[in-house]
Amino acid sequence: MSDPSVTGTVPVEQPPPVLSLESLSLSFGGLRALSDLDLRVGEREIVSVIGPNGAGKTTVFNVITGVYEPSGGDVRFGGQSIAGKPPHAIARLGVARTFQSLRLFPNMSVLENVMAATYGATKATPWESVLRLPRARREERQARELAGDVLSFFGQRLAGYRWDQPAYSLSYANRRRLEIARALATRPRLLLLDEPAAGMNPAETHEITELIGQLRNARELAILVIEHDMHVVAGVSDRVVALDHGVKIAEGSFDTVADHPSVVEAYLGRDPEALT
Amino acid sequence: MMTAPPPAAPPPAGPQIGADEWVARLAERRVYLPSWLGTAQRAAERVGWWPRLALAGLAGAVLPLAGLGGFQLQVGIDALVIAMLAVGLNVVVGWTGVLDLGYVAYFGIGAYGFALLSSAQLNIHLQAYLSLPAVLVGTWLLGLAIGLTSRRLTGDYLAIVTLFFGEAFVEFTNNVAPSKLGGPNGIVAIDPVKGFGASLNSNTSYYYLLIIVLVLTMSVLRLLENSRTGRAWRAVREDPLAAAAMTIPVNRVRLYAIACGAGVAGLAGAIYAAQQVSVFPTDFDTPILILVYAGLVLGGAGSLAGAAAGALVVMVIYDGLLRNAAESGYLFYGLILLTLLVRLRPWRRLAGVLAATIALGFAAHAIARAISASAVAGGPQSGGWIGSALRDWVIVPANSKIAGNWGFVILVCLLIALVQVDVRTRTILLPPVLWLASFVWEARLVTEPSITRQLMIGAILVVMMIARPQGLLGQRRVESPT
Repeated sequence: MSDPSVTGTVPVEQPPPVLSLESLSLSFGGLRALSDLDLRVGEREIVSVIGPNGAGKTTVFNVITGVYEPSGGDVRFGGQSIAGKPPHAIARLGVARTFQSLRLFPNMSVLENVMAATYGATKATPWESVLRLPRARREERQARELAGDVLSFFGQRLAGYRWDQPAYSLSYANRRRLEIARALATRPRLLLLDEPAAGMNPAETHEITELIGQLRNARELAILVIEHDMHVVAGVSDRVVALDHGVKIAEGSFDTVADHPSVVEAYLGRDPEALT
Repeated sequence: MMTAPPPAAPPPAGPQIGADEWVARLAERRVYLPSWLGTAQRAAERVGWWPRLALAGLAGAVLPLAGLGGFQLQVGIDALVIAMLAVGLNVVVGWTGVLDLGYVAYFGIGAYGFALLSSAQLNIHLQAYLSLPAVLVGTWLLGLAIGLTSRRLTGDYLAIVTLFFGEAFVEFTNNVAPSKLGGPNGIVAIDPVKGFGASLNSNTSYYYLLIIVLVLTMSVLRLLENSRTGRAWRAVREDPLAAAAMTIPVNRVRLYAIACGAGVAGLAGAIYAAQQVSVFPTDFDTPILILVYAGLVLGGAGSLAGAAAGALVVMVIYDGLLRNAAESGYLFYGLILLTLLVRLRPWRRLAGVLAATIALGFAAHAIARAISASAVAGGPQSGGWIGSALRDWVIVPANSKIAGNWGFVILVCLLIALVQVDVRTRTILLPPVLWLASFVWEARLVTEPSITRQLMIGAILVVMMIARPQGLLGQRRVESPT
């Protein structure tokens, strides 16, 4: 309250955002994939990123998770800069993601897929594992419990006999669910979902919309979603950010962004009558 | 962070998408063999990994008691050494998906390391309980160091760089410090494995030592496979990018796998050096690498038991059965007959082909003898009953070398043609091809065992790829996205 630095410089500072991108830029050679992008995701907030193909949505995810190093600006997670850190270190800090083109471990069982994601949270050395010392046994048991817990989020779909089946044998929708379960097993604070409803039928799409809301409530996650299905975007978003050619063209509630002239133009092109 | 997550949401009411009863009750639908075979199958499925491994080790241990001796024991020792190498390579290639073509160099480093620590070369004569762990840790660390230099390389690039490394080791031992490493003359008069006043001097003792070490190594690796380390290895093989996004430090995990593989290879090298009493640079060249990979692929990369079994099968065939003419004949004709029995359907076709082949041979032999006696003067080169059974069937001229060479070229051309043509033509072509194959075998291949056994291993691998691409004990795998 009486701290002058707070009252003086920062006007209405809400609790610090989980993730903030500060004038983030990324170039591939001469091509600017992202320019001066600002984005914030607060605690327990669901933000959707929309935009036409090639707008740079997945690139944003890749920069956040450390696949690419930004050529300008900063990525701050929980107040700490994570730009330039290796992907596994960023994941350990609490950023989990799913992939647009599914990237499971296809020849490992469903349970192993999820348990593999507990690597960063466990500490047993290989020798402890070989000799089955107490710490290794305890961690193994906890990993298994955590796996069962995140898999049970999907009800019957990834339960029981499916645990021991290889991931490649799952249906497409179940693979998407398994990817989310695997991401949850890293115990994230921020979850990045890259087109979670792609390739799903209307019933499954509806289910995924419900699920994203449940995830936020039950696990207290901040969630950043890339999605093309506007039913999902309208259903889950607290806030929507529209990108085109790596530039933020609109931000706000779903209705504001959906009606925003630049967004309409990015998706549909300029109204020919407006040109004349 | 998160504490005690609340219970999961109940599944939505109404029909469940994806909750298919049929798949759920798959286990009940499994078909077993009839009668007691099915019972045995069911019982075998319930046995865990360690009773199986112990049983396999015991089976290996009773072989010398059942009259395995001399030459066969040496084959067994070589097979066990290669099995050790295959098991170690399985960590690197089968689990972590790192294509390491310089793997045999670690075998050589282990052997030379043991040789230097227990010979007059440096005048060090360590006890085995010191030298074996020293070699194990040394090669492990070396694997780490060498892996570190190439840690940014993956896939094809890593394969080529490691291949260079393997060759560099041979050149190094051939040329560097001949007074210490012996150059091409190697290191001779290496101490046996000794300690606590005892020493292993007979081949039988090394055979048992290798069985014990192999079983222990496989146990350790099996326990690792199902730990966080093993899961991380496989995750990195499946998809490095996804593994990194799931908190797995990909480079470190890869390095650790390379080091573990190197350690196993080093240990195998040390025992090999002690058993052979000498080491030479050529012992650690590409032919060994090919055998280890052949064993791993044949057994099924990614399966620990498969790697060991595949290497044992390859080595017993390569070193045991294909070394002399009489025994290699059984394998050659046996494999051909087996393939025909399995692949030729219906049985009328099979009977027709066999009858035509037999008739063709006798007719050709009779005609050739009528024309010129020298055309059949050579006789089949396989001894034993196979040789005498084929005496009037296969034509082997007095000077069989040139005819055999041409026969081989024509046989290869015909085999290529055989897979291109339609079924009817193939059936007609099959008898002359079989007869020609027998001719080439009797005239040429039997007398060149060193070439023949490599061809045979290649042929077995080709058959394996067609019949069971995942290898003997491997699991069928799908390709990863990257």
